[in-house]
This record gives sequence, C-alpha cells and structure tokens, in this order.
Amino acid sequence: MEKFTPFESWIAVLPVDNIDTDQIIPARFLKTISKAGLGGQLFFDWRYLPSGEPNPDFVLNRAPGKSAQILLAGDNFGCGSSREHAPWALTQFGFKAVVSTSFADIFKGNALKNGLVPVVIPRDAHAAALKALAADPLATASLDLAAQTITLPGAGAVTFPIDPFSKTCLLEGVDELGFLLKHEAEIAAYEKDRAMPFSTKA
Amino acid sequence: MPRTIIEKIWDAHVVAEPPGAPALIYIDLHLVHEVTSPQAFSGLRERGLKVRRPDRTFGTCDHSTPTTPRNLPIVDDIARAQVEQFEKNCSEFGIPHFGFLNDKQGIVHVIGPENGLTQPGMTVVCGDSHTATHGAFGALAFGIGTSQVEHVLATQCLLQAKSKSYAVHVNGALKPGVGAKDIILALIARIGVGGGTGCVFEYTGSTIRALSMEERMTVCNMSIEGGARAGLIAPDDATFQFLHGKPYAPKGAAWDEAVARWKQLPTDPGAHYDLEVSIDASALEPMITFGTNPGMGIPITAPVPSPDSATDAIERESLRKALDYMALEPGKPLLGRPVDVVFIGSCTNSRMSDLRAAASILKGRKVSPKTRVLVVPGSQQIKREAEAEGLDRIFRESGAEWREAGCSMCIAMNGDQLAPGQYSVSTSNRNFEGRQGKGGRTFLASPLTAAASAINGAVTDVRTLLG
Ligand code: SF4
Repeated sequence: MEKFTPFESWIAVLPVDNIDTDQIIPARFLKTISKAGLGGQLFFDWRYLPSGEPNPDFVLNRAPGKSAQILLAGDNFGCGSSREHAPWALTQFGFKAVVSTSFADIFKGNALKNGLVPVVIPRDAHAAALKALAADPLATASLDLAAQTITLPGAGAVTFPIDPFSKTCLLEGVDELGFLLKHEAEIAAYEKDRAMPFSTKA
Repeated sequence: MPRTIIEKIWDAHVVAEPPGAPALIYIDLHLVHEVTSPQAFSGLRERGLKVRRPDRTFGTCDHSTPTTPRNLPIVDDIARAQVEQFEKNCSEFGIPHFGFLNDKQGIVHVIGPENGLTQPGMTVVCGDSHTATHGAFGALAFGIGTSQVEHVLATQCLLQAKSKSYAVHVNGALKPGVGAKDIILALIARIGVGGGTGCVFEYTGSTIRALSMEERMTVCNMSIEGGARAGLIAPDDATFQFLHGKPYAPKGAAWDEAVARWKQLPTDPGAHYDLEVSIDASALEPMITFGTNPGMGIPITAPVPSPDSATDAIERESLRKALDYMALEPGKPLLGRPVDVVFIGSCTNSRMSDLRAAASILKGRKVSPKTRVLVVPGSQQIKREAEAEGLDRIFRESGAEWREAGCSMCIAMNGDQLAPGQYSVSTSNRNFEGRQGKGGRTFLASPLTAAASAINGAVTDVRTLLG
C-alpha cells in the first residue's frame, strides 16, 4: 500500500445521514470477481438518471465534487453491508478521506485497509463546514494524518481520532496481513493448546 | 470479576496482544460465499499463501444464484462466472462447501446453524454483515470485509479491537400476531441504525428465553441494522436441543464435554455492560418500516411520521428524502397501501417457523391477483422439509410462487427483483433505496404481516385475519 501523505483538496458535499453501502455501490455490481473498474459504479443510482445519462445535479458530476479527494457526508456513513467494494469504489473514484460525525464499524475497518481515512469530527465543526461550503463550494480542506488534523472551511483545524495501529499502517504503508503472518508462532501455540476442538470436514 | 458472555468468548480467543496493535483473535469458524471472497482468494494466490485451516472454513453460494428450478443453468453470465470461480476456489484450496447444485445449498447464515457448524462459545466470521445471526447460539459472530476474509483464510486470525457491550433486555409476553421480527424492528426504531455502533448486543430477558432458536436467529440477524457488528443470546437447553444430532455437532463423550463447557458461557450475575436498554414486549404491536433504512419503523397502525418532527436539519432532510423516494405522505397510515410484490425469505425469515407462520395465514385463502408473492426457503434442506409438511402446496394453491433456496429478492442480485416504483412487503432486513431492485420500494415486516398483505394486496394488520 502507498504511504499516506498530507494533501489539500476540494470537497464533495453529500449531507445525507446513514448513507448505506447499497448507495455507495449497488449490489448488482458485486458479481465481479475483481477489484478493478468500480470507480465508475460509485453512487451509481444517484449519479445516473434512469436514461443512463449522468445526473447533472449530483455532486460527483459537477465541479468541484468531480475532482474532490474529500467527501463530506452525514452521520453514520457506510452503514449496511460488509462489502469492501464500497471503499474500493470510493478510492478508485479518487477519494482519500470521508468526513462525517460517525461511521459504521465494518465500513470504517474496510476503509482503513484501503488507504481511505474515515475522519470523525464533532457535530458543530461538521455543521460549520457545511455552512461555509454552501457559501463557497470551491473552498478547500487540507488533511494531515500524522498530525491527525483536518483543516476545514468554516471550522478551522480540527483534530480527529484514529487508532494508532491503523495510523501507522497508513503512514508507513504497512500491510496488515504481513503483520499477522509474523505471528505464526503464537497462532500455532494457540492452536496446539487452546483452540476448541472442531472441524468442518467431520 | 464477573464477566459477560461477550468477554468470556473474547478472553478465550486472544492469541496475542502485540504492543501498539489490536489483539489477534482466533476464529473458530469462517464461512465464505461467492460474492465477498473471490478477491481474497486472488490475494492468496498473488502471495503464494495457502488456506491455513480449511477444516475451520466452510462455503456455500447463495447471493447471485437463481431461485429457478435447479435443472436450469445460471443464465446471467457474470453470476455464473462468479459461482464457478467460487467452486473452483473452494476445491483448489481444499475448503468443504455446498456448491450450486448441492442438495444442502442455502443461505450462508441458514446452513451454518442448520448443520451444527455454528456452536456456542465460538468466534464466527463471514464476509457478510448478517453474520450476527449465528449469535443466536451464544457465538461471537460478526461480518468482515474482503481484506479480512483474506486475513482469516491465511492465518485463521483477525486483528480486532474489543467492542463495547450493550445489553438489550426484552421482557413480557408477546401479543398474538407479534413475533421476533417485531421485537428487532422495534429495537432498531428505538435506538436508530447507528445506535449500536462499536457494540455487541446481548439479548436477554424472559421474552428472549421463550423464543425458539429460529426466532432467536431472526433477532440476532438484524443486530447490524442497529449498528452492532454482533448480537448474541446466551445458550440454554433450547440451544443444546437444537444442536444435538446435527451433522457437525460434537458426538458421544465430546457432546457431554461440550455441553459442560457451553454451560459456563452465560453472563455472570453482576457483570457490567457499557450500555443497556429495556423493551416491554407486552406493549409491542406488529412493526413495519416506511422509509429507506431499517430504523424508520412504526407500529403497523401508526401514521407515517412527518419530517418536521425531526430535531436537526440533516435528519429532517434525510427523512424528507426517504419519504420522497418512497412516495409517501406524512401523517397517513401505511395500512391499506397497495403492494405489488410480497417477498417471504432471506436469512432473517426463511426458516421452517417463518414458512409455517406464513402458511398459517395463506392456508385456504388466495393471494391478491394484483400481487406477486415469492416464497423462497433459506436452504434446500428447508425446502424439502416444508414440502414434506405440505407447505409448498399451501403456498402454490394460494397463488404464491414456491422457489429454490437463496438470498433472492433480499439483495436482488440473482434476477429476482422489483421493477422501478414497485412496492413490496418484505420479510428481509434492508429497505435501502434500490436494495430489492433499482427504484423499488420496500416495507420490512414479519412473515405474518407479509402473508396477510399478500392476501389483501395491500399493507395489512395480520390481527384482522387471526381467528
Ligand atoms: S439473505 Fe440477504 S441479508 Fe441474508 S445473506 Fe443473503 S443477501 Fe445477505
């Protein structure tokens, strides 16, 4: 995984609560056996009209949302299914961070494993940023993961929480599976002494 | 220190606690299906890794498989390729599985319990958010993403931070026409779809104890709809009775040892929960959702709420957007609203007790000619059992379709779907925009409510049809 570095970007604003993973990428696109080609399917049913034409009113079809690397969304973003296709689609579109007041657990975990930072900010900062962006949609934000701060229009520099392990993985490009594999000896010892007896081949 | 069942299972599965990282948790049972696993198997191949414990892994295909007769091929090329790839992956990596044509194939969260793969005290994961279903057996079961599917395939472990514990106490006798689905819909309506974020639910109380194992699965299944990754119920005699004699359950002396171990699992008196909520089951009515997330639920006789009742601006806007999508007017009841499709199925409500409940209403009645009714059993085994009991005849004679096992119109990946603008009453678990087909509109409810609505071709209070 690439190392995560500070960046500045426009912001795509999607002020809807409880945006579920079926909206982020509809289930009919999950028949793929590959990770590629999902960026075009991001928010498909909101992004395209029934005719197949792009919906000109949808934030990702307009400047600056079209080229934004930060998505500002409502509360409990990413609820619903466990599909990792959701962060795959978001990152393939170009997003590096989603900003909300909270995230669903599975989405958050999946995002962190794919170089997409779930940025949780307080309600008042969220409301202030929405207001400032309504007045000036071209305002930008900058994100510094090492410092755990995001500077948002209307809200200034806001610190956000992230667990130290995920932070290190993102900043240093560490991959979790590699980390797990290094614990082979402990896993083997657990299996020998403490794993409950069970087999799916019984 | 008194511990909750959640802590007991957690403590027994900690493999290592590396400094500066989450704990390594051992996974007893890993269930895989065709949709969220292909990229994980590709990852293993790229790294030259094997599946560490194929004997703790089990597969089935369910999401993209058609529910048309099994002598017909899978006509959707992309779905067929996915199912074929899945069967190939399982064979290549030595994973036992039920392929598309296996006579025990079914929804992953149905076949696990049905075959005794799911057992108390286990950690169970699956690349699917409804894995909490297995919590009905007193297992710590949660959904994971595809990266984590790869982690578990390769190491049988996950890096996990401990969740908070959230006790959901449900007490009192349920009224006629009210069941497990109504309990869980009422809970989610109360705490909201994000209410359990970061938590594991433990369902307790006299109402929960009185539920059958199948009903307990319905409750645990929708834990994720309240934001919790897992939800569980401490095992008791009903649990042991259900498991006894199941193909993968322990046998002989190992059974007695296992039961002795399982009896240690329930939460110790005085154990601390981070959060608690109480529900008076005797006050519950049949529940139905009106909006586009499972938290937007109301008693079936209540009017659709108004966005103006919301306290903050985004919430108001979200509610307005939901009513707009559903083409509903606030203040009016859902009762009597015409429905185009009724779907009885999904890992929430496709087991024998659900089919029996639906059949009890449909028996000797005809479904409305304006309404398409699909009954989709959770597994081929359930299908056979229902047929042996004559339920298929009741469904067919009423005018409903009796189909092969799978996820079907719960997720609409397999050709079973709503047309844009159609309304359904559905026993599944999600009413998100487009979940049952692009532009489709879903009311979530119990099998009883679904069957009653099928008869009238409109949203119906089942109590008007009870004898
Ligand atoms: S029935 Fe629905 S919720 Fe259950 S596993 Fe299948 S798609 Fe997921």
